[in-house]
Amino acid sequence: MRELRAIEAALIGTFEQGGFREVRTPTLEYADALELGDGGSSGSAYRFFDERGELLALRTDMTIPIARLVADRFRDVEPPHRLSYVANAYRAVTPQRGELREFGQAGIELIGVAGPEGTAEVVELLDRSLTAVGLTDAVIGLGEDGLWTALLQDAGAGPETIDRSSELLVAHDLVGVERVLVESDELDAGAISQATDLIQLRGGGEVLEKARGLGGEGFADALASLTRNFEEISARGLERKVLIDLGMLREIGYYSGATIEVYDETVGDIIGGGGRYDDLMNRFGLDLPAAGFTLYVERIHKAQLERGVAAGSGGDSVR
Amino acid sequence: MFDELRRTGGKLKLAVPRGALLGETLDLLDRVGIDTAEARGGSRSLVFDGGELMLITMRPSDVPTYVSAGAADVGITGKDVLLEQSDRPVYELVDLGIGPCRMVLATQKGDIAPSEHQRRLGMMKIATKYKRIAEEYFAEQGRQVELVEVKGSIELAPLVGLADGIVDLVATGRTLAENNLEVREEILSSTGRLVANRVSYRIRREEVDDLAGRLREAVRTAGES
Repeated sequence: MRELRAIEAALIGTFEQGGFREVRTPTLEYADALELGDGGSSGSAYRFFDERGELLALRTDMTIPIARLVADRFRDVEPPHRLSYVANAYRAVTPQRGELREFGQAGIELIGVAGPEGTAEVVELLDRSLTAVGLTDAVIGLGEDGLWTALLQDAGAGPETIDRSSELLVAHDLVGVERVLVESDELDAGAISQATDLIQLRGGGEVLEKARGLGGEGFADALASLTRNFEEISARGLERKVLIDLGMLREIGYYSGATIEVYDETVGDIIGGGGRYDDLMNRFGLDLPAAGFTLYVERIHKAQLERGVAAGSGGDSVR
Repeated sequence: MFDELRRTGGKLKLAVPRGALLGETLDLLDRVGIDTAEARGGSRSLVFDGGELMLITMRPSDVPTYVSAGAADVGITGKDVLLEQSDRPVYELVDLGIGPCRMVLATQKGDIAPSEHQRRLGMMKIATKYKRIAEEYFAEQGRQVELVEVKGSIELAPLVGLADGIVDLVATGRTLAENNLEVREEILSSTGRLVANRVSYRIRREEVDDLAGRLREAVRTAGES
């Protein structure tokens, strides 16, 4: 517990330094409010009724509760809003897999700063947060949410092919993606091999060079957005920390534009994630762009143990 | 060698399936220049040094477990196994074309067709090792079945009246024929796949891409010859 507290303290301290103030929201939310934000994805695994028969649910992350909080209480406050949290969230598990139904998240929400500038601020603070917990070798994956859909639309794929292949891409089934494109009979062989090559491109700035000029207008727009994000991040000296990934597609339903995943070689799972969600606030009646990230506290802890580092030590050994 | 397995940034670890897929897997690895001599010996060891990468051998159904957890960076296993364990997230990179087989619904020769059986009795009892695949198949068609999970020699179940039919993997169909069973419906077809851990796929991308590229090329040229 002392070690977990140290992680939380190091992260909250870093968030404070970046100008992000800690907020707290209820563990229980109205199921309607969560579903409004999630846009029809699976929603909370744990639901129950209150004393009047209203459906309540345990939150699955902090992004939607904070969006609701801002819409409720910050309506008359001049944006941007810089908010942070350390809180538990709840997700369904497969029994006996060592997965946690209740797990710790520490993260930030930057509401009211649009475009590459906002995205880069989020990535910069993420990088500082990883340093604060001693994970200096962690890698920040950077994707672009609309890339795949645009690429397929440009190539002439129909909505069903886009849906089915997107589902498979979220599940990381690249063999299946190729099969769906072939079976759809909507794309020629050249477009299929280009699409399946593109989603396997990941690396530094050279990835953007390789992809430039490919696809049609929609793809070019999405790639330009990714490029602007990467340039703004590079301007802050962080290009070596970021791994551009043209095949990243996250399953949560509210992303628009940049998506973020955090990897550390010592942990087989992602240790954090985030991105932009410029339409999310709108669902709560407030038209503000937003972005943020969250780190999974228990997985940070595991990475620290594997690497022999402690929170706040900036990478020094525990012993 | 055992230190190498725990070293962060050490040689890439490849999960190799024992059993029916082993021979073809090792042949394929040979063709892309990985040293499989040690793994082919009669050794009881589970871990072999393949030169550029470490080979760790296990049951095919354990491959998703090891790879999704990052205990192995990459692995080879059947699509049937990946579908049965679709809740374990791994990258599926290459269709290796090895170990082709079909997942089928089979019943005893001379029995009435499963659809007729279903119509008369309302439901069927099906024995299988592949609970998730069978469940999805019957649910999709709105057919009511009771699934009986058995671990081995599924062919036995209908012969002694434990079940009306079985959902199982067949390659040649010989085992079915020898046990008086015949294929009634085909559920899916499966081949061996190269899979990768989600984090290794990013952090060890040069090595993962290199291996995937060489295997893809080997599969392609084998298909042409």
